[in-house]
Amino acid sequence: MTSTGIGAAVRRKEDHRFITGKGRYTDDINRPGQAHAYFLRSPHAHAKIKSLDVQGAKTKPGVLAILTGDDIATDKVGGLICGWMIHSKDGSPMKAGPHPALAQGKVRYVGDHVAVVIAETVGEAKDAAEAIKIEYEVLPAEVETASAQRQGAAVIHDVAPDNTVYRWHLGDKAKTDAAFAAAKHVTKIDLTNNRLAPNPMEPRAAIGEYDSGDGVFTLYTTSQNPHVARLVLSAFIGIAPEHKLRVVAPDVGGGFGSKIFIYAEETVCVWAAKKVGRPVKWTSDRTEAFLSDAHGRDHVTHAELATDENGKITALRARTIANLGGYLSTFSSSVPTYLYAPLLSGQYDIANIYCEVDGVYTNTTPVDAYRGAGRPEATFVVERLVEAAARELGQDPAKFRRKNYIKSFPHQTPVIMTYDAGDYAASLAKAMEIADYANIGKRKRESAKNGKLRGIGISSYIEACGIAPSQAVGSLGAGVGLWESAEVRVNPVGTVEVLTGSHSHGQGHETTFAQLVSERLGVPFENVAIIHGDTDKVQFGMGTYGSRSGAVGMSAIYKALDKVIEKGKKVAAYVLEASAGDIEFKDGKFTVKGTDKAADFGAIALQAYIAHKFSGQELEPGLKEGAFYDPTNFTFPAGVHICEVEVDPGTGSTRIERWTAVDDFGVVINPMIVEGQVHGGIAQGVGQALLEGVRYNADGQLVTASYMDYAMPRADDLPSFHVGMTVTPCPSNPLGVKGCGEAGAIAAPAAVINAITDAVGHEHVAMPATAETVWKACQRASQKLAAE
Amino acid sequence: MASVSMTINGKAVRANVEPRTLLVEFLREHQRLTGTHVGCDTSQCGACTIHMDGKGVKSCTVLALQCEGAQITTIEGLANGEELHPMQAAFRENHGLQCGYCTPGMIMAAIDIVKRKGHDLDEHVIREELEGNICRCTGYHNIVKSIAAGAKAMRGHAGLQQAAE
Repeated sequence: MTSTGIGAAVRRKEDHRFITGKGRYTDDINRPGQAHAYFLRSPHAHAKIKSLDVQGAKTKPGVLAILTGDDIATDKVGGLICGWMIHSKDGSPMKAGPHPALAQGKVRYVGDHVAVVIAETVGEAKDAAEAIKIEYEVLPAEVETASAQRQGAAVIHDVAPDNTVYRWHLGDKAKTDAAFAAAKHVTKIDLTNNRLAPNPMEPRAAIGEYDSGDGVFTLYTTSQNPHVARLVLSAFIGIAPEHKLRVVAPDVGGGFGSKIFIYAEETVCVWAAKKVGRPVKWTSDRTEAFLSDAHGRDHVTHAELATDENGKITALRARTIANLGGYLSTFSSSVPTYLYAPLLSGQYDIANIYCEVDGVYTNTTPVDAYRGAGRPEATFVVERLVEAAARELGQDPAKFRRKNYIKSFPHQTPVIMTYDAGDYAASLAKAMEIADYANIGKRKRESAKNGKLRGIGISSYIEACGIAPSQAVGSLGAGVGLWESAEVRVNPVGTVEVLTGSHSHGQGHETTFAQLVSERLGVPFENVAIIHGDTDKVQFGMGTYGSRSGAVGMSAIYKALDKVIEKGKKVAAYVLEASAGDIEFKDGKFTVKGTDKAADFGAIALQAYIAHKFSGQELEPGLKEGAFYDPTNFTFPAGVHICEVEVDPGTGSTRIERWTAVDDFGVVINPMIVEGQVHGGIAQGVGQALLEGVRYNADGQLVTASYMDYAMPRADDLPSFHVGMTVTPCPSNPLGVKGCGEAGAIAAPAAVINAITDAVGHEHVAMPATAETVWKACQRASQKLAAE
Repeated sequence: MASVSMTINGKAVRANVEPRTLLVEFLREHQRLTGTHVGCDTSQCGACTIHMDGKGVKSCTVLALQCEGAQITTIEGLANGEELHPMQAAFRENHGLQCGYCTPGMIMAAIDIVKRKGHDLDEHVIREELEGNICRCTGYHNIVKSIAAGAKAMRGHAGLQQAAE
């Protein structure tokens, strides 16, 4: 291993600009002549717009234009789309209601976009928005996930009279029911997976610009996938054809899923730029972000686990209602279906699985992918069930898990997935050792002496990452292919530029991708530049989400590097006067097999460009290669997290005393960055379990719309983490990497709740496990104890 | 419009601003110092932390006009030419940042913590003191490490610190 190659904890290239204040985020950009947009949003969760009068407001100082849903209709701006088709059990397609960028006749959640004011300053735009006259007919609002389908519920979209987007299922119902009928023991659990607000620290922003000379639009936007944004804005929304629309996603301050989607605001900014003849900028404030960034999770689930007389799991079934909000966001339909139910086998050998999911409309902010997307929900179901079953059967939860783990690979689950590699018992053993699991009894007694309750909770998670191959996701309803592209441009002096379709918004791609290039080409790390986030530079790409940039994005670079090396060998053959078949490439040097004739990579790059040693008929000059990489399977990162908590039964307050994470991400490129990803994921998972929760009141008003009301994890809510690794290389990509971005968020919630329920002696503790919730659980447990 | 003068990163600045202009707006929009970020509307997240007369201040809670005669240091003014401030270097060395958005505020707050609490900071103190700065990426683990290391490295860099103020 070199000091900058694969496996080295190289310090990040991108950090210098961030620590010196020179990062370039969308809101840092100002375009000449720029005007400002302010969105007038619905104050009602559900209402008809009876009248909308903007004439008076248009005369206010600084106003350039006020646009509404009527203008959207006149200009034939297409609606926002949901790009993953889900079919119901009966074969009918999902019921997608219209989703105009500005409301047309009806608003469906608080924060829905009613009109946009474009003015010289943000202040003037806000002032003018107050002068817009609107008459609403307020309708009853449906807010609760579990009751949205009830008879008599307010109808949110005419296309779905029962507020049901789809009734989907996966697995063999008859076989699963038969296994339950034959079971020795059945464990049942009811769970709510709480709704979360993603909250990247950089709020969303957009600048739309139109060059009337060339007829070209430019959109600067906070996106995790600028090419997908361009594709949707071109092919579906119809702003401009792709060659007339440039999308730039510069430095992006975190995404966690919420910046995958194509929203109303950037659509309106780019469309309005042509209408007003000026660049149009919008920057979200934090309350707007709570109102309009797609939320995550929000499932209500009943699940059951069947075991035989030997404590072997024989079947699992689950019924979930997933809240999709007031409209279908870009990928929302896939999250509670194909990103959820195929993970219900967890790390366990379960012969029979059946899952039903109803996706429902409510008068709330749209729900879509948030870090983990479906897989945290699946893991929470599986790991709460397994924990509860072990306790009911009187078995040690670690032993029960080990007994039921999948032990040979490849393993075909009954719910689509073929797990390719893993050693779950190894991760469990290592985690138990680091967590000092053997001595938990002693630590519990110590806590008890101080009047405290100590608990320990395991979470054995698995995730399916990469979200590919394209054929597979296409057969499941995806509207796009999920490969990745890369282009490697070698300059005449041997420096290298890599253009990738992945996008970095905290993951450190500029460093890890350069490590790969440095290792394979033998060029110095500092001579490699990674370029991403601009559709004028990178030809195409699918962006970053689903922990896919290592497994898919880097594999595309790997393939392009293969081609560069092959081309380099052909050039070297002319330079070294040997046949191409005799040229070897290693450690940055081309050599003629069995001789001391050699040329280094930079010298061959130069020869490729000056082209003096070969004719153009024999070989094309230059050294630039591209690749599109489509994997052969999903990747399956897996691991074991162990959380140890101490609860004060007098107050219900919970402290995390110790956190152990042992993950198998396959081959690790940069352990420093990978550990950082694990830390961040755990913090978001702990946030879900202990602190965070989006709350609406009965009228559909969002009551958690600022950091005064929505509890973000802060430094003093968390401990330092003990992170370990095990490695089984991934067989389905050339690097053997699996992906690490979501693991912590997937594993953590079940580990926390398993620990708290262990501490308080009661199975039910809802997320977020606030002091009040935990105190009540303590009370219930002691009443139960007294009754016995 | 009202006139205000202050010193920003060692440079005298005079400007006419609307009275309602926040210091963070003045820095970002008028002075083009975009390293100072805005992450919330409620003075909770700390992404806009700067130093005003040597003290850590959230620049979203101060009007530009309140800074008459003040010495302001932003993230852009921390390094001494090419030489990073020890706290900046510590964040890079300890992977104390991911997306970089909260980072300027974190670094400015961290230096303020060292000034108030000294160079030997234990984890508990750092975590308590970071209550006013939110990070969504790192889980704070490496930020805590960075600040502990940066605090130690700042010992003996008093001259550099003063230069930066």
